[in-house]
Amino acid sequence: MNSTVLINILRFLALLAVQVVVCNKISLFGFLVPYPYILYILLYPVNGNKAVLLISAFFLGLFIDMYLNTGGPHSVACVVLAYMRPTFFKFSFGVSYEYQTIKINDRLSPERLSFIFICVVLHHLILFLLEMFRFSLILDALLHTLYTTIFTLIICVITIYLIKPAKQL
Amino acid sequence: MQQIVNFLFKNSITLLFLLLLGISLTFTIQSHAYHRSQAVSSANAVTGYTSEQINNVEAYFGLREQNEQLAAENAQLKRLLYNTQDSTNRPPVTLPTELGTYKVIQSKVIINSYSKQDNYLTISSGAKDGIKPDMGVVSSQGVIGYIENTSAGYATVISVLNSKFRLGAKIKKNNHFGTLTWNGKNTGFAQLVDVPRLATVIKGDTIVTGAESTIFPENIPIGTIEKVYIDKKTNYYTLDIRLFNDMTSLGYIYVIENKDKKEIEQLQQATTNE
Repeated sequence: MNSTVLINILRFLALLAVQVVVCNKISLFGFLVPYPYILYILLYPVNGNKAVLLISAFFLGLFIDMYLNTGGPHSVACVVLAYMRPTFFKFSFGVSYEYQTIKINDRLSPERLSFIFICVVLHHLILFLLEMFRFSLILDALLHTLYTTIFTLIICVITIYLIKPAKQL
Repeated sequence: MQQIVNFLFKNSITLLFLLLLGISLTFTIQSHAYHRSQAVSSANAVTGYTSEQINNVEAYFGLREQNEQLAAENAQLKRLLYNTQDSTNRPPVTLPTELGTYKVIQSKVIINSYSKQDNYLTISSGAKDGIKPDMGVVSSQGVIGYIENTSAGYATVISVLNSKFRLGAKIKKNNHFGTLTWNGKNTGFAQLVDVPRLATVIKGDTIVTGAESTIFPENIPIGTIEKVYIDKKTNYYTLDIRLFNDMTSLGYIYVIENKDKKEIEQLQQATTNE
């Protein structure tokens, strides 16, 4: 139990650092910035404490907002994603997901991929709608969501594959 | 009473969610509401300090470019210096009329953003260096933005690439005024709107800051006219301006304080109130 807590704290800090130092500086084609920091919310233990997840997700989003000067959309998107996570588990892994031992950071099956995909889409949709915050820009927000989802998804999958060997130690 | 406690206990996660959602939505809506209203910004001790450290490392990768820009700026200043010996021939527009009106503080961009609709920069000087909200920010090539928030050691800047940004600008050749805005599409171009139809606008003309701005001195370069079209709603010209600054790579910048700003604003206030 203790090692799980430690791993989650480390993951929180590492993903925040990677997002701030590396990913925020990437600007593919001038506007595509990936947000792999949401892996923290996705990889949080399935049966872990939900209140802790909600609060930590809120602060994760708040820190990202501070570094990006966005003012709030990241924390909204993170809190909603953390709250909706069980619903998406049910959708992707079936109703009895709590009794199975699901590990997201394992080999990529269609269920896992669909779970990550839905989470990323929800997060990015809320993020870009709130970031642009204008009815006239809804189409731009949807396009941004589409492109960035693809980018973030690729980075997330690569990250999961890269971290996996370290997990088995 | 028992039932209320039971209800709270059963729905504690949902209530916590609604609380956090409420807080973060408040931050978001507040930041979109009006100028200088951002509650969550990078102008604080923790994020400012870490960003500065990251930037210290990154700065090494752009040293050559930085040197070239400084050399170009020096050449430009030397040109002004050598060419002003003949007082009858002095160009009246290149120097501020009254020396001492403007104070210049040198600083450095530590966070740059340009991929969003509302972009902000963070710079490594703040209130203790004498920086206050609504001071102008320029680089050696031209206008960058103005100060939005300050903390003790850092400040955030509304960049030209921000939908909240407004600046009075004019065409250098014939002094026709317009307002500089950004439509959120391309980081290399800003828009000059509300230019009267009787103005002669030619592709390639230089756009500079106007005299009515209390934030910037007059005649700071902004960019050149790239495209001219007529706004169907207002029947004024809208000009696409190619910015002199490459907003995607910014290093050292200057913050300009106008010492007469308060006096001018008080005067304007008193006049409109009557």
